[in-house]
Amino acid sequence: MNLVFTYNDHFRESFPVDGGNFDDAGLVSGEIKSTLKEQGLISDVVRRAALVSYESEINMVSYARRGKIILRILPGHVVIEAVDEGPGIDDIRLAIQKGWSTASEKIREMGFGAGMGLNNIRTYSDIFHISSEVGVGTRLKMIIHIPQDKEAQDGGAVL
Amino acid sequence: MNLEAIVSSLHLEVKAGAENLSVTVKGGYCGDLLSDVMANSREGDVWITRQIHQNIIAVSSLKDLAGIILVRGAEPAADTLEKAIKEKIPLLISELPAFELAGLIYRMIGAGETKPT
Repeated sequence: MNLVFTYNDHFRESFPVDGGNFDDAGLVSGEIKSTLKEQGLISDVVRRAALVSYESEINMVSYARRGKIILRILPGHVVIEAVDEGPGIDDIRLAIQKGWSTASEKIREMGFGAGMGLNNIRTYSDIFHISSEVGVGTRLKMIIHIPQDKEAQDGGAVL
Repeated sequence: MNLEAIVSSLHLEVKAGAENLSVTVKGGYCGDLLSDVMANSREGDVWITRQIHQNIIAVSSLKDLAGIILVRGAEPAADTLEKAIKEKIPLLISELPAFELAGLIYRMIGAGETKPT
């Protein structure tokens, strides 16, 4: 098998996220996007990673006290973990349903809280794990495969 | 077609990002739900919205959109404008409602690239 090692095979960076700080919401996702671009990943992977990071970040800002997003680049895939200290999710099955949301009116006024976040994450990740403990926090793990063949790298990769 | 042509033909007010009006507009997307725009807009789209909160700048930047057009004369919030200027993101205002504006832009550029289903 011909693996491509054009990026660091064990890149890891952790980005803190403040709960409730809507002013800076999206900043961490922006940093993750630039980091992945700098590491030379193809645009489809960058776009999906930016999207799942953004939704995780917005969830933390909306609901958690604090959290962090950990980005790792491994040969063959990007791993993004979003770990927060917050209220947790009582019923995960319900929470990942499209359109289901517990967002406050204030959050909805800003264009969030449409019940699409976790659903988008699930759609745009190749592998998505979620675990949560009420009163403790939530942990998301999103894996995006990096296409190894030339055709996909030239833009053949679609979602 | 570049954004400049849309600005001049539809008499849009340029609030920020005047230095980036030469960007090519590949298509468009209408929406006020940020997760919807995050998931479904595409690079090079012009984004038509009534949302004035500063988070629209992060979405536009993350998705590499061509620019944002606020409809019905909506003024951006002060911190939205500040961020758009800082990030050089075209932030435009139209007096038209979204439906009419989208129709006119559609007539100018077509549907854009075929979107994968």
